[in-house]
Amino acid sequence: MSEPTPLTESAVEQATDAAIAAFAAATTLAELRTARAAHAGEQSPLAQFNASLKTIPVEERAAAGKLVGQGRARVGEALSAREAELAVAEENARLAGEAVDVTAVASRWRTGSRHPLSLLMEHMGDVFVGMGWEIAEGPELENEWFNFDSLNFDEDHPARAMQDTFFIDPVESHLVLRTHTSPVQIRSLLTRDLPVYVVAPGRVFRTDELDATHTPVFHQIEGIAIDKGLTMAHLRGTLEHLARAMFGAEAQIRLRPNYFPFTEPSAEMDVWQPNAKGGARWVEWGGCGMVNRNVLRAAGIDPDEYQGFAFGMGIERTLQFRNDMNDMRDMVEGDIRFSQQFGMVV
Amino acid sequence: MRVPISWLREFVDIPADVTFEQVHAALVKVGFEEEDVHSFDVTGPIVVGKVLEFTPEPQANGKTINWVQVDVGEDAPRGIVCGAHNFAVGDKVVVTLPGAVLPGPFPIAARKTYGHVSDGMMASTRELGLGEEHDGILLLKNLGLDPEVGTDAIPLLGLDDFAVEINVTPDRGYAFSIRGVAREYAHSTGAAFRDPASLVTPVSVSGFPVTINDEAPIRGRIGVSVFMARVVRGIDPTRPTPSWMASRLRLAGIRSISLVVDISNYVMLELGQPNHTYDFDKLSGGFTIRRARAGETFETLDAQVRTLSPEDLLIDDENGPVGLAGVMGGAATEISDTTTNVLVEAANWDPITIARTARRHKLWSEAARRYERGVDPQVAGAGVARVVQLLEELGGGTADDLGATIDNSVAPSPIDLPDGYVAKIIGVEFSADEVTESLTEIGTTVVATEGGWSVTPPTWRPDLTDKATLAEEVARIVGYDRIPSVLPVAPPGRGLTREQRLRRLASSSLAAGGLTEVLSYPFVSQASNDLFGSPTAGGVPAITLANALDPDAAWLRTSLLPGLIATARRNLSRGLTDLALFEVGTVFLPEAGTAYGSGPLPAGDARPSDEVLSALRASIPPQPWHVGALFLGDAVAKQPGQSAVANGLADALGAAQHLATVLASPITVATGTHQAMHPGRTAELRAGDRVVGYAGELLPSLAAELDLPRVVAVLELDLDALIALSITDVTTAPILALPAATQDVSLVVSNEVRAGDLRALLVEGAGELLEHVTLVDDYRGPGVPDGSKSLTFALRFRAADRTLTQAEATEAKNAAVALATARVGAVLRE
Repeated sequence: MSEPTPLTESAVEQATDAAIAAFAAATTLAELRTARAAHAGEQSPLAQFNASLKTIPVEERAAAGKLVGQGRARVGEALSAREAELAVAEENARLAGEAVDVTAVASRWRTGSRHPLSLLMEHMGDVFVGMGWEIAEGPELENEWFNFDSLNFDEDHPARAMQDTFFIDPVESHLVLRTHTSPVQIRSLLTRDLPVYVVAPGRVFRTDELDATHTPVFHQIEGIAIDKGLTMAHLRGTLEHLARAMFGAEAQIRLRPNYFPFTEPSAEMDVWQPNAKGGARWVEWGGCGMVNRNVLRAAGIDPDEYQGFAFGMGIERTLQFRNDMNDMRDMVEGDIRFSQQFGMVV
Repeated sequence: MRVPISWLREFVDIPADVTFEQVHAALVKVGFEEEDVHSFDVTGPIVVGKVLEFTPEPQANGKTINWVQVDVGEDAPRGIVCGAHNFAVGDKVVVTLPGAVLPGPFPIAARKTYGHVSDGMMASTRELGLGEEHDGILLLKNLGLDPEVGTDAIPLLGLDDFAVEINVTPDRGYAFSIRGVAREYAHSTGAAFRDPASLVTPVSVSGFPVTINDEAPIRGRIGVSVFMARVVRGIDPTRPTPSWMASRLRLAGIRSISLVVDISNYVMLELGQPNHTYDFDKLSGGFTIRRARAGETFETLDAQVRTLSPEDLLIDDENGPVGLAGVMGGAATEISDTTTNVLVEAANWDPITIARTARRHKLWSEAARRYERGVDPQVAGAGVARVVQLLEELGGGTADDLGATIDNSVAPSPIDLPDGYVAKIIGVEFSADEVTESLTEIGTTVVATEGGWSVTPPTWRPDLTDKATLAEEVARIVGYDRIPSVLPVAPPGRGLTREQRLRRLASSSLAAGGLTEVLSYPFVSQASNDLFGSPTAGGVPAITLANALDPDAAWLRTSLLPGLIATARRNLSRGLTDLALFEVGTVFLPEAGTAYGSGPLPAGDARPSDEVLSALRASIPPQPWHVGALFLGDAVAKQPGQSAVANGLADALGAAQHLATVLASPITVATGTHQAMHPGRTAELRAGDRVVGYAGELLPSLAAELDLPRVVAVLELDLDALIALSITDVTTAPILALPAATQDVSLVVSNEVRAGDLRALLVEGAGELLEHVTLVDDYRGPGVPDGSKSLTFALRFRAADRTLTQAEATEAKNAAVALATARVGAVLRE
């Protein structure tokens, strides 16, 4: 062990300068730790000067102490400053090393979607729920009485034969796949308290072969409102509200005389689609009318006290002209690319 | 209904330059939807030519062609090559000159053929689009025409006419006639209408015996109410159908056959009165109208022998049936090309009888279509008179006084229309004048009564049956445009039902979880139902379609999986190999020992009794909502820094657990078996003590049969059951905030012990302090005996009132282990 260096002003200054230089020379936090041990550790010259203070005559001790204290303070500051600098540099280097190509990050999510027909049916139903109407449902395999007789299609009605009905075997069982969502109307009238304001979305069936414009299984939404004093003006108002919710504030409704057994008067409705691709246009949308007095009688309702309207439109058809689609088959085949174009909104 | 414009114009004023769009628009306004437009599609020059001379020229191919010189009214004749031989020098023919276009389109040009330049073509009836005749060229003398050479043949033959086609709704049978459409055109445009039925005068004749003997009326209605007949003698069977009639029939979609038959069809179209012409010399005695005997046969004039039903109505002469009433005449008494004496018949048959017969024999003749929708009973006389008139004028016949005149028709009943009713339904304050004028315009008789009107419909409007039908007529004639728009205010609603909300939630959460919704047809094979749904054995009734589009898929699905598999196959065939599909839909689940269906149905115009209604409601099988899912290919694709994660059982089970959590309807998973599923990779899903579905992988052999990859994971759950069991009254536990103590425990058990069962034992044994337990490892290998496995669980303990010490946590853990040891021989692995 060598002789301790005498505590002089120049010796303190030299030790301090050496420490600061060593810290500056450190390029990593690890090197800085080594430099700190050498220049600020217990065996460092400044620590030894500090330890030697107690051997200094009392009258010189204060000045020497101040000298050592100042040196140690400078070293401490330099150490902290360098430590901070090196920490920032090292973190930056690490961040740079962690950078990735954000256009090539692996995805662990699958992308799913709802079917646009389901979404559209829910959307249309919600427009009515917003007006206080409720959504009614009924079976797809239905008794003929609900599908036909109660709706003023008697056994020999020409329109009954025109419905292209799927019959359940044996035909004498009087069971069919419902040809429209209208049986839900009569079921609702039979079970709900008046007044009744309901819409019935759902799946219906006709014996059409699948092609670009037909499908044997498709969807409708029907509405029925029975109250005191409802008129065809209320029918038009309701349809116009729906049209605006679906096609924008400029949409309009046009009614043309038509015939359905369950309504009298009956009308075909066209909608003015202001935002159609290729220009605004009238599009045939569905059928409607004032509920036939016989339908009310079938539900046990006095047609001179209560009256109301009903309407219905195809969901496939609505999606077709709303989204400018040409081929019905895309809607029924379940190709995931079709639904995924819509995500979860329609 | 196709309406030739030249014909319509005879009975209502139409502007000379009218377009088919304008005619369609006028008819749409009063309720006749546009369907199509028909025209002859010919362009001139097409002119009358006269054969000056011709030279037959035999050809190497064995045919003989004629080199013809034709005068078409130009300075020099034209040379034309013609393959037909039915003409002579001096005949007038139709010549299509270069530049003309015939239907096809078939453009005519001067062309070199058989060593000549043929400077046009001599046309046949078929080439002009006028008919089917193609045995030779059209000779104008056969149409009774002798026009100047060079005359434009297009207007001459009526080829410049066009027809609009409209859809006639089932209530408006009267519009299956030019008469009815002309009347409606007048209603729409205000133009003057001339009723064609008033242009002829019916003659009341008798002497031809007709007996009505309907012993089995349908629904109380005698099969015939009006029967008119008259004999016309001395018709020249060689007379041609004039071209104006042929072109109108053609545009109306009816083939020209012979003059007598064409006249019959022409009058049917004009007046809407179907009628029949019998060869009078083939009839014996008078007619009897009766129902057929069961099993009786009859040959209709389409040469089909038909086996009859006791509901079919027949016309007999002394020798037996001569006509299937209102539907089709008989072959034996049909008009032939030698017929000179004719019995003309026009009747009013019961619509229901005719419709049932037409449906039964699939014989939707033009007559049957009209009778089904109702024919004006007062036009039968005019119908006979018009046929007789045309047979005299065009056929050279003479009307006889022999015939029959029977009219048992019932006059339409008046309808009470209270003042204000129309406004109350339509929502427009119509004036009294508007109401009465509209109703008068459509042909009703309106008589003022106290508080309203008594309205008697015209005979051609059997659809006007109550005041609502009159309200529609007023609105239709005044115009639906008058109806204002008023939004009704419904009473406050309750929003979606819980079932509806949860069903939407199930779909949305599966879609958000990465599955794509599909909507499959519910038609499947019996084999698919037996494999995936409830088997048909054991007295479960079959639910099948009587008239399936595809006989191999006549069953209604009892499971969603066949549809999902078919959809997966379609996607795979299009190169989409990573699939996660779901469907939320109904299935049809008949119950063993139940007979579905109902007997005769109650009438639809009154509320059936409660008993009848509940029987009707019970006549259909249960149709619960299910949710199904299918996974194949990769769940996560191979990507930079990411290896592929294959779909499998975990995805199906995960989807089930996810649904259970989302719907607040806890399910438990147990080992399951299913005939279509992998014996070691199938889980039965229970809610409470009820099996609500299963999840698993398809049997690999089945997957191979279906051209699917080896691993196909599927899930099917009874969504109605899940929703019914969903917790509606969650009792919230306090959320404890004091520090937790965590401990891991590894237990060695036999491979037979299921992790879920061991976990349940730990929960039971650890007691209340255990907050959470999860399986983190399943180790088999060195250090663990053969046939055993080491399962590691992470346990988290927490107390409500104090910070737990490790000692307390250890004590609880030891209690859990002790129970597991006691029950399944678990050994703590240190």
